[in-house]
Amino acid sequence: MRPVDGPFALTLHEANTDRIYCLNDPAEGQGLSQGMGLADARAFCPDLQSRPADPAADARFLRILARWAKRYCPWVGLDGRDGLALDITGAAHLYGGEAALLEDLHARLTRAGLQVRSGLADTKGAAWAIAHYARGVAPPGQTRNHIAKLPVPALRLPEDTVTALQRLGLRTVDDILTLPRATLTRRFGTDLLMRLDQALGDQPEEVSPLPDPPSFAAQMSLPEPIGLAADVMAGTERLLAQVCTRLTQQEAGARALLLTLRRVDQASQQVELRLARPLRDAARILPLFERGVSAVDAGFGIDQLRLEATQVERLPARQLSPLHAAHQDKLHDLITRIGSRIGLDNVHRYLPADSHIPERSYTTAVAAYSDPSGAWVTLRPRPIRLFPPEPIAATGHRPPRHFRWRRMSLSTARITGPERIAPEWWLQDDSWRSGLRDYWQVDTRQGRRLWMYHTPQTPGWYVQGEFA
Amino acid sequence: MPKPAPHIDILPDVPLRLNRCHEACGPGADAFAFTLAARLNGPVMWISESWTPAQLNPVGYSQYADPAQLLMARTKDQTDTLAVAEEALRAHAVRLVVTELTQPISLLAGRRLQLAAETGQTTALCLIPQGMGSNAADTRWRCTPVFHQADSTQARWEIIKNKAGTLSAWDVRWDEKTRHMLVVPPAGNRPGLADASG
Repeated sequence: MRPVDGPFALTLHEANTDRIYCLNDPAEGQGLSQGMGLADARAFCPDLQSRPADPAADARFLRILARWAKRYCPWVGLDGRDGLALDITGAAHLYGGEAALLEDLHARLTRAGLQVRSGLADTKGAAWAIAHYARGVAPPGQTRNHIAKLPVPALRLPEDTVTALQRLGLRTVDDILTLPRATLTRRFGTDLLMRLDQALGDQPEEVSPLPDPPSFAAQMSLPEPIGLAADVMAGTERLLAQVCTRLTQQEAGARALLLTLRRVDQASQQVELRLARPLRDAARILPLFERGVSAVDAGFGIDQLRLEATQVERLPARQLSPLHAAHQDKLHDLITRIGSRIGLDNVHRYLPADSHIPERSYTTAVAAYSDPSGAWVTLRPRPIRLFPPEPIAATGHRPPRHFRWRRMSLSTARITGPERIAPEWWLQDDSWRSGLRDYWQVDTRQGRRLWMYHTPQTPGWYVQGEFA
Repeated sequence: MPKPAPHIDILPDVPLRLNRCHEACGPGADAFAFTLAARLNGPVMWISESWTPAQLNPVGYSQYADPAQLLMARTKDQTDTLAVAEEALRAHAVRLVVTELTQPISLLAGRRLQLAAETGQTTALCLIPQGMGSNAADTRWRCTPVFHQADSTQARWEIIKNKAGTLSAWDVRWDEKTRHMLVVPPAGNRPGLADASG
């Protein structure tokens, strides 16, 4: 989307109305405010442009920003839906002091096209207050002076408490500080004093950093290049052990693994392994790599190996069962090994489907991503082979006595039918354009048993299958 | 004395050696494969080339064996087919590997399949075009459907190559209740049909 010059607002559909979620300066200048109904806002400002907000995308962006903010300090947490809290204890001197750090942060974010408000103080509460209702840095020990003149909402209080305080004539933080604590508690509960103490540092408040996303990769650099397949496999084994340990800790299993082999000449070769089932058992995964590794061209030697689980699925611990486990594991390993040659998508299994249409009475599913399920029901005999309908020269409503099919001259000996199958009108299918079909089982005197159909609506005869 | 090789009765009193590579040809070869799958009663890997228009119908297969145990591998050419078949035979994960071949198979390839079947303790069946088999196969069967007034599954199974016995032929029909192929007595001395044939 292009940037707009005029008043602009993001709206969020809440409680059955569209409300303004966020707005720009020109819109604020027109007297609009956050939380206002969109219909009211349009009445104030007819040329207001708006778009629906996407809070999920905002949250994702905030997380990315939090990762970026780690360039200033390792301790970065989220604050509300639009803020970050950085604990820069012991990190400010790296940027030449607190003010310089803040300046650097502002410069970089402004260059990226973001509007930023920031505050820096001894406590998280005071920094929040300064960021939202003032600017700049509160030097160490000066917190009280800096937030004293700020309005009451700067203490992060619920809206009804703020309203009540303002009705009593308590407009600034200083007004509250001068009152006896006991009366405040009796009137407003402990919440107000807790916020006050947090802002002044009398009560601790921690910045909880975001957890690092688990990474399932391991890397190894070698002092001397290697070239033998056995050596590469030995290196892979070590990396695989590390990756599998991490997978076990996270109760996850790898679906796809990528082994990158960097050669001395900086070119790199990749071996991809897609598994038929999520796995974290190094002893089972390692032999599956053999085929890929043996095909690698080592050139003048390989001096760096990197193994990454590119696709990871949850794999909770399961109770060991002596019955099927070993055999099923073998089958899955076989599917993986065949898949590494012809592609995992080319190993199928059949699943029953609920349809009278012969070619839709089953579905094919990729074996690696499905389990056998459902019961197979055959109400009438069905052919063992199906092929695209092959027209034969015949007329009439009953199968012909003599006909030619695939350059064979056949004569009908016994017919069974007809079985009428109507097209499924709720599905578009070009091959069923010809309308109803009357299916016949035709046993020929020559032996072949064919499944033929007649289309009474657009007369014609076709062979579609063959019985045993 | 060497232990006799394990075998299974494909027809009553007609043993077929397990863990070997067998071949079947003719228009009724599919039914032979299905019967073998039904007799072995375990996971089956069915390998065919992806361009072949004639698809296996699992609904038809369910009259013989359980389609839930059937895995299909679709390859791009015969080289891949043979490689996949060998892999599947060596893995000892399925009971039967059915390979649909479209071109003649060399003695070397046939021998490799035979060795893989013996190593992996898995039975192999190649569905071959007429006259394109390999000499390494244990047995070769020609299966042709035959018309019969009373029965729609009648077929004639001839054994046309046999490393461990004699050549012979049987008229067979499928019994869906017991899921077995039954041998039909040869025409002429068949009880109950004497007056029908007149």
